[in-house]
Amino acid sequence: MKSVVLKYDGSFPGFLTCVFNAYEQKLEIAEIIPEGEDQKQLFSETLEVITEDFKVQRVLKSLKKKLSSNGFTRLYYSFLSEIPGIELKMYDMIRYVYSSQEKAELDYSHPSVLDISKAAKQVGREKHRMEAFIRFRLTKDDLYFAVIEPDFNVLPVITKHFKSRYADQRWLIYDLKRKLGVHYDLQKAEYVSMELPEDIGISGGNPDYFAEGEIYFQHLWKDYFDSTNIKSRVNMRLHIQHVPKRYWKYLSEKSPFA
Amino acid sequence: MDFDRIKEKLNILADAAKYDVSCSSSGSKRTNTKKGLGDSSGMGICHSYTQDGRCVSLLKILLTNYCIFDCAYCVTRKSNDIKRAAFKVQEVVDLTISFYRRNYIEGLFLSSGIFKSPDHTMERLIRVAKKLREEENFNGYIHLKSIPGASDELMREAGLYADRLSVNIEIPTKSGLKLLAPEKKHEDFMKPMEKVKNEIIQYKSESKLIKSTPKYAPAGQSTQMIVGATGESDRDIMYSSAFFYKNYNMKRVYYSGYVPISNDPRLPALGTQVPMMRENRLYQTDWLMRFYGYDVRELLNNDFQHLEMDIDPKLSYALRNRHLFPVDINKVDKQLLLRVPGIGLKSVNKILQARKFRKLNWEHLKKIGISMNRAKYFITCDAREKELKDVSSENLKQLIIQNSFSKYRKEFTQQLSLF
Repeated sequence: MKSVVLKYDGSFPGFLTCVFNAYEQKLEIAEIIPEGEDQKQLFSETLEVITEDFKVQRVLKSLKKKLSSNGFTRLYYSFLSEIPGIELKMYDMIRYVYSSQEKAELDYSHPSVLDISKAAKQVGREKHRMEAFIRFRLTKDDLYFAVIEPDFNVLPVITKHFKSRYADQRWLIYDLKRKLGVHYDLQKAEYVSMELPEDIGISGGNPDYFAEGEIYFQHLWKDYFDSTNIKSRVNMRLHIQHVPKRYWKYLSEKSPFA
Repeated sequence: MDFDRIKEKLNILADAAKYDVSCSSSGSKRTNTKKGLGDSSGMGICHSYTQDGRCVSLLKILLTNYCIFDCAYCVTRKSNDIKRAAFKVQEVVDLTISFYRRNYIEGLFLSSGIFKSPDHTMERLIRVAKKLREEENFNGYIHLKSIPGASDELMREAGLYADRLSVNIEIPTKSGLKLLAPEKKHEDFMKPMEKVKNEIIQYKSESKLIKSTPKYAPAGQSTQMIVGATGESDRDIMYSSAFFYKNYNMKRVYYSGYVPISNDPRLPALGTQVPMMRENRLYQTDWLMRFYGYDVRELLNNDFQHLEMDIDPKLSYALRNRHLFPVDINKVDKQLLLRVPGIGLKSVNKILQARKFRKLNWEHLKKIGISMNRAKYFITCDAREKELKDVSSENLKQLIIQNSFSKYRKEFTQQLSLF
């Protein structure tokens, strides 16, 4: 049988539809790629996959039967990694899980299972880092505002954390890379898309946008950070291992103020 | 808010609090109720790291660094000529809330120098915690210091607002304490610890019967010992540590390499290196005790009083117990698998799962992520392997060290060049 390339809309439901179609039409899959990406296979036919809800639900239901909740989370997290080619590995793992009797999701000697678990771990780590490194700044209209540029698409999985933690304050977290934000209005959290002014920055307290005391708190925090350091124990290698340089831009204690 | 005044106080009182190692913010079960602020039901979060690589999770400050005691090892001791300051209760509350709302911190770690009396100080600490909980509806993490000598009544109250309480034992041996802090009695440290332990047990058993029982210090107790200030052996330290874990249900014991802060002849001189490697080996031993099923007497005893600095304690144990190895990775039970050098907890679980599906070989083990450099001498698996039975432990140790890249390697060569 000739193998095909599936092109989908880039969403998780879109990917699940691919899985449904592949099984239904007994397709041999060469690649699964999101819209806007070029296929690597020269001689395969490309099929456009249109997301359909009943297919999504069917696949979801059977996946949840076949996988533990941790196993399903790992699969979903690995999808959020947006690593090129991850879809095919996910599909390969799904086929392996469907074809075995036992809990094959725990077979770390299977290459796709191990790769998915590694990708999930990377995403989990990025999620945790965002929960740690996001710094809210209080705007003039009482909104706690933060921008991020995470390596992976973690916005969907950090919302719950911030919602249960900051239930009594309005907040907005905006992913600059993916041009998508989450806004919490004291009742519910919703996705928003918007244009941000260039000079709003990642840290600093430009008085055009931010509350009067905002910049002082950033200074207080930096002072605190500096005085809690023990100079005779400095270990910059360990420091950078914990706070890789690409995250410094978020941290007012690490970067000069705008 | 008078920012300049707060700033000055913060600098002084954060600087004085930094020698407390604990910065854990996990293990509590406080959820956000009634749309309040904060939630500490999840895992702990380090919001930043200092340049020395320590986690910054809590706003760690002293309420004041005025102190009536004169403990030689302490930077806020009465006789030390330093700037003193004191926060007002409301100032600490405001600072905590403002930092928390900006996602700088997980909560507050409040300690204090002892002013007037232990009870007077403890009462003030409790007032901060109470205000945060009751007036601000704050569900973030609060760690309070139990002040040695504080009354049972206050310790009972403290646990109702705090997630964790801790008393720092600081000096692992009674004789050391007598030498460096003659005004303090060993019992003063034990009494609040004992009280908190008993309250935790009591509240836990009550909450099984009555659901509405309030939480009492849900993240438990911890303590800290200074390492290298008096001449104690690693065995002394770890035996005290095991004692606290066992008798006081400690969640954590922290080890803090002594940072020289005075010219007192009873202590290591200013400029002496902080014993960071020793501290690291002690933590590794602590982990082996708590998670790997070792009894402290297997790791340290009368014949073996000091940990080896050039290799980790697990490898050291394996080299002293060659008769247990090699083990067959596809058959060995979990308990012994945990004792193989180079295989950590996570890898153990992966191996146990994976070997149900097929016999594992070296390639599988590498991909799972075990440290082959150490492990390969202690295991056999589904592949041809070298027999290493005839190599002596000392030679094996040198072989492993030669092929490994310890972050401490530089220090070994420095140490060797001294002789």
